Amino acid sequence: MSTSTQGIPFRTNAAEALRNATLRGAMRNATDTFTIKRADALSGVPVEEWREQASAMRLHVLDNLSDYVDRFEKNAARAGARVHRAKDSQEARERIGSILKDHGIGSVVKSKSMVSEEIHLNNYLETQGVRVVETDLGEYIIQIAGEGPSHIIVPAIHKDRRQVGKLFAEKLGCEYSDDPAVLTRIAKKILREEFLSAKAGISGANFAVADSGSIVLFTNEGNGRMCTTLPPLHIAVLSIEKMIPSLADLPKFIRLLPRSATGQILTSYMSVITGTRKPGESTGAEEMHIVLVDNGRSEIVNGEYREMLKCIRCGACLNACPVYRMVGGHAYGTTYPGPMGIVLTTLLDGMEKANPLLEATTLCGACEDVCPVKVPLPQLLRRLRERRVEEGLTPKLEQTGMAGFGKIVKSPFLFHLGQTAAHFLWPVATKIGPKVALDRLPRPVGKIFGRRVS
Amino acid sequence: MRVQLFATCLVDTFFPETGEATVRLLRHFGVEVSYPQGQTCCGKPADSGGYRHESRKAAEHFISIFEGNDDPIVIPSGSCVSMVKNHYPDLFKDDSRMREKAEAIAGRAYELSQFLVNVLKIHEANLSGKGRITYHASCQLTRELGVREEPLLLLQSLKGAELVPLPYADRCCGFGGIFMAKLPEVSMALADEKLDTVLSTGADTVTGCDHGCLMNIADAIRRRGSAVQVKHIAVVLAEGLR
Repeated sequence: MSTSTQGIPFRTNAAEALRNATLRGAMRNATDTFTIKRADALSGVPVEEWREQASAMRLHVLDNLSDYVDRFEKNAARAGARVHRAKDSQEARERIGSILKDHGIGSVVKSKSMVSEEIHLNNYLETQGVRVVETDLGEYIIQIAGEGPSHIIVPAIHKDRRQVGKLFAEKLGCEYSDDPAVLTRIAKKILREEFLSAKAGISGANFAVADSGSIVLFTNEGNGRMCTTLPPLHIAVLSIEKMIPSLADLPKFIRLLPRSATGQILTSYMSVITGTRKPGESTGAEEMHIVLVDNGRSEIVNGEYREMLKCIRCGACLNACPVYRMVGGHAYGTTYPGPMGIVLTTLLDGMEKANPLLEATTLCGACEDVCPVKVPLPQLLRRLRERRVEEGLTPKLEQTGMAGFGKIVKSPFLFHLGQTAAHFLWPVATKIGPKVALDRLPRPVGKIFGRRVS
Repeated sequence: MRVQLFATCLVDTFFPETGEATVRLLRHFGVEVSYPQGQTCCGKPADSGGYRHESRKAAEHFISIFEGNDDPIVIPSGSCVSMVKNHYPDLFKDDSRMREKAEAIAGRAYELSQFLVNVLKIHEANLSGKGRITYHASCQLTRELGVREEPLLLLQSLKGAELVPLPYADRCCGFGGIFMAKLPEVSMALADEKLDTVLSTGADTVTGCDHGCLMNIADAIRRRGSAVQVKHIAVVLAEGLR
């Protein structure tokens, strides 16, 4: 994985991933399993009606986003949390860094959060001398491997159990095992000590409830609850579009998010956290900070790509995407991979850097089919490709070719001339032309169909 | 009944036998087929590449060739039909005169299997077939046009042939138009995955409604040295005409 000023070298990264048999096996197993489990979990339920309702709710929130953010801020403050607004990644991570510094905290436990990846929080905190311990098992695995997540809900999806066994033996000094139960026990023992001694916990949020000022966390391992209730200080970091109006709207997502993500009917743990620990309560942080990250979203919400912000980060579009399934998340060289990742990265990081990712779609539409909130991903991808052309960021040879196509396509004479030339020049063209493309096509026929039909 | 045939540039250039099979099928069932000369490409490659200006040129040409009557336009390709039906009106969203024309054309476009089942009902015509056939459900046909059942009804109806279901039939084969040239490694990996599922069925023939996909699958077969045959659904059906 590497990036350059020319943009992300997706083709090189993808070709490298395709040569990695372990990665491909792991990707195939995981995405096939999620595809089947998702379909099972959604059979026999009125899925179209649910998607329609969830989509409408997300659109309603986007239509009134700044109002809901204000309401959330007010109600969270009333519940005892301190709310911070960060206009970009830098502001967000510096704010979190300074909260920890003010408390003299040198070590934090953290539950999985994609927005914390977006703002590159861990790296920043490490440079500030804060030790960060990821407590979601997948995140823990990639953290000790020194990697970033390759899937938005299954961060270590690209690894198989033998790799994890070797990694644990090497980094943790334990005996090699590739039994997931044994490996989980090893991680659990280490993480338990971390939870009990931590002075601060950092979490993300799946939803933020405007009417109550609550944040809602969906996890499967219970680590989110440990991070947010055991340490005396809790910092939640979330992007502004996570709002829902009230707790009454939550069921619309409780039923769809886990089904779409992992094929579970319900998530194993759902935590609703409303401010700080109150007198008489036995759990909860004594001090809570909520960092609301904008990072361009206030602008995106007013533009033609606004529907991207409906996304609830289930990862179903990744599992359904043919390109993602083949190459995994690291090839994208971004925080968010797959179809939603291409669109969101282009919006957040800019066309210049992200434009090579716009190749990474066949526009097959499988992503839109599985999206629980009906984000029109193929349309957004196509529109971004149009913008890329408008900005002159496609290869020069392609621009020339397409300009030629625009002329030839409206002239039957030139079109047929081209077909004839292709037939005769084919043996030469396949020798000197772009081999990997032309080699895979049959030779154009000598007498085209249009001349045979009467 | 009269129809106009848009053969598609792939059929015209690479697979004339599919065009001939389409004409034979339609004529066999009493349809008068006209082939407007001067037709070229629907513009799909430019459209999916983001070249809106060029795809508009293609659309203008297509409309100029086919406008002027109310006959159905039959097209043996799901992705070209989707281009005409779903994308042409959008290309002219700021030009009400052209948009009206585009919508009229869109309303006349039929994908071949759609026309054969819903208009001609030839799945009730006792056509014959042979061998074990499996069917790849191409992306735009399935998801943009919603044509899922029609090709299966046609293939199931063939006396003497066995239709074997393809696992993950509607997964993308990796063609994707210019995608196959821009990310050939990924495209080939996807075609290989598709071929693995084809081989798992034990079918001797794989068919579909889009030559783009079939060409990509045929390439995987060639690279693998497999004996599985690739035929457009028009060819499979026309073989059953006596």
